[in-house]
Amino acid sequence: MSVMTRADRGARVKLPPEEPSIPQRKGGTAGYWLYLLPGFILLLVIVIIPLVFNVYLTFTKWRGVRTPEWIGLDNWFKVFTDEKFWTSFTNSVWMIIAMVVIPTTVGLIVAALLFDVVGRKFGGKVGSFLRATYYLPQILPIAVAGIVIGWLFRPGALGAMNQVLGIFGIPPVDWLGTMPSALLVLMAVLVWVQIGYPVVVFMAALQRVDPELYEAADLDGANWFQRFSAITLSIIRPEVFVVTLTCTIAALKVFGPVYVITQGGPAGATLVPAYYAYTEFFTKRDIGYGATIATVLTVVVVVVSIIFIRVQNSLERKERAGL
Amino acid sequence: MSATTAILTSRKTRAPRTRGGMTKKRTSDWLLLAGVIVGALIVLVPFYLILVNAFKSPLDYATSGPFALPQALDFTGIINFWERVNFPEKVWNSIFISSVVAVLAVLISMLNAFAIGIGRVRGRVWIVLLFFLANLLPQEALLYPLYYMFKSVHLYDSVWSVIIVFTVIQAAFGTYLLSSVFGTFPKEVLEAASLDGATRWQILWRVVFPISRPTLSVLLIFFFIWTWNEFLIPLTFLPSNANQTVPVAISVLQGDRLMDVTTMAGAALISIIPTIIFFLIFQRTLTRGITAGAVK
Repeated sequence: MSVMTRADRGARVKLPPEEPSIPQRKGGTAGYWLYLLPGFILLLVIVIIPLVFNVYLTFTKWRGVRTPEWIGLDNWFKVFTDEKFWTSFTNSVWMIIAMVVIPTTVGLIVAALLFDVVGRKFGGKVGSFLRATYYLPQILPIAVAGIVIGWLFRPGALGAMNQVLGIFGIPPVDWLGTMPSALLVLMAVLVWVQIGYPVVVFMAALQRVDPELYEAADLDGANWFQRFSAITLSIIRPEVFVVTLTCTIAALKVFGPVYVITQGGPAGATLVPAYYAYTEFFTKRDIGYGATIATVLTVVVVVVSIIFIRVQNSLERKERAGL
Repeated sequence: MSATTAILTSRKTRAPRTRGGMTKKRTSDWLLLAGVIVGALIVLVPFYLILVNAFKSPLDYATSGPFALPQALDFTGIINFWERVNFPEKVWNSIFISSVVAVLAVLISMLNAFAIGIGRVRGRVWIVLLFFLANLLPQEALLYPLYYMFKSVHLYDSVWSVIIVFTVIQAAFGTYLLSSVFGTFPKEVLEAASLDGATRWQILWRVVFPISRPTLSVLLIFFFIWTWNEFLIPLTFLPSNANQTVPVAISVLQGDRLMDVTTMAGAALISIIPTIIFFLIFQRTLTRGITAGAVK
């Protein structure tokens, strides 16, 4: 990633020179700040100031009208002993399994199969067609996915899934009203929505793999799995990294699917941090507390991203040293 | 949703495509193909259900169940939804918001990336990091302050509030990505233009812009689709019916217990048609150059 620390810079092989790419006639690089101005002002007004305001709100009690009342660290004491808060972050782990672990693993296998077996033996058209199919849920607005899933798993005999169960003589299940089925349904939907993203990115990355390496491996008698782990994985590792990072962040921030499928239910069992903050803001009107949850989530997201980037940078450095 | 985040770059793919054509298919190959096809069919099941039930009459659904094909084509479900939410108005809102955001965000990303990737301003590593983190932030952390701000400047319940927010969020991603793409911009081209007496502004528009157009158009498409599918911010900032986007309009219907299944399937069907059309038009662009500029 192009995000790097000062110390890393010297180690970069493809490091661009410090000089601007356009030769300077007057004024050095100062003039370039003008180009950054609109972007910076917007960033300041729409992201930085609200973010600071949000942190301020965590020290207040506020119902959205009149002035916020300063209450010091009360919200912060409350948040760490709040059982619902811990449930929401525990559920984040399940969201990561559903949005990162399963899609990345399955996506790797599907992409490798599509590229390696289907693409090579049955033609690129079949491969592209299947890839597009896997990608389809990604372009679906989540609200639409929500109503379809809600209907599939409707309680009572009318729900589509319950009709299927009925064929086998199994009584109807209240899918979204009980645990663990509510969480499982939510996770299944997330896997379904998410799977196309790693497939598409990994397939693009696989085009970079030199076919001669595969031929050499074939000559050495390597089987498909050995070839996959020794050659493919090591070459597309950067993409695996980016997919894992972006999906982990998305899993931590997930809101739409929970809002449209379970509404955090039953009884708060599928609550996630983003949805919890939302309900504090707009249902309970406890803005200070909602802001506190949102701030914790922000810190977690930022820390996770920085760890990811650092690990990636150090891996890259090791790789270069090894070469 | 932001999970749609895909990554694009200027890297040329040395596509080996399919060497050797369709040679020696073993039984195991057929089995693997079958496996991938079964997976694809599972992915398609909900789409199949939307499609077949959208064209059933409620009576047909009650008698034949969700999985059967419709007895006769019936459009009551689709017409119901169309009229109830004034669908053309919602589509227009979505198209308007997404297009304006896509264009403005690409423009701002390009200006930022020009300063960072080509101008190499001081502290650019930190600037890129700042934009990168701005894009990753959970929207909930900005939600209430923005809600309050927009209310006080009377932009609350105006499509422009949503446009401004997403322009900034998408441009943050665009800046992060384009900066590394522009960082590898061929120096000779820039030098030649400069020797010919072009100013920076002219170089940006007459050299950098045309050459990086493929990358910019991929960004444009992503911004459009991401904004189209966004949910939380439109849901919060556009409460009145006339301003709602397609995803919000459909989620409002969801709470309606009286809505029958065929109306719902009809709603789902016509709500995804615009995105599918858009996807099909740009599918080539989308899948052509997707790799990571972020990834060295």
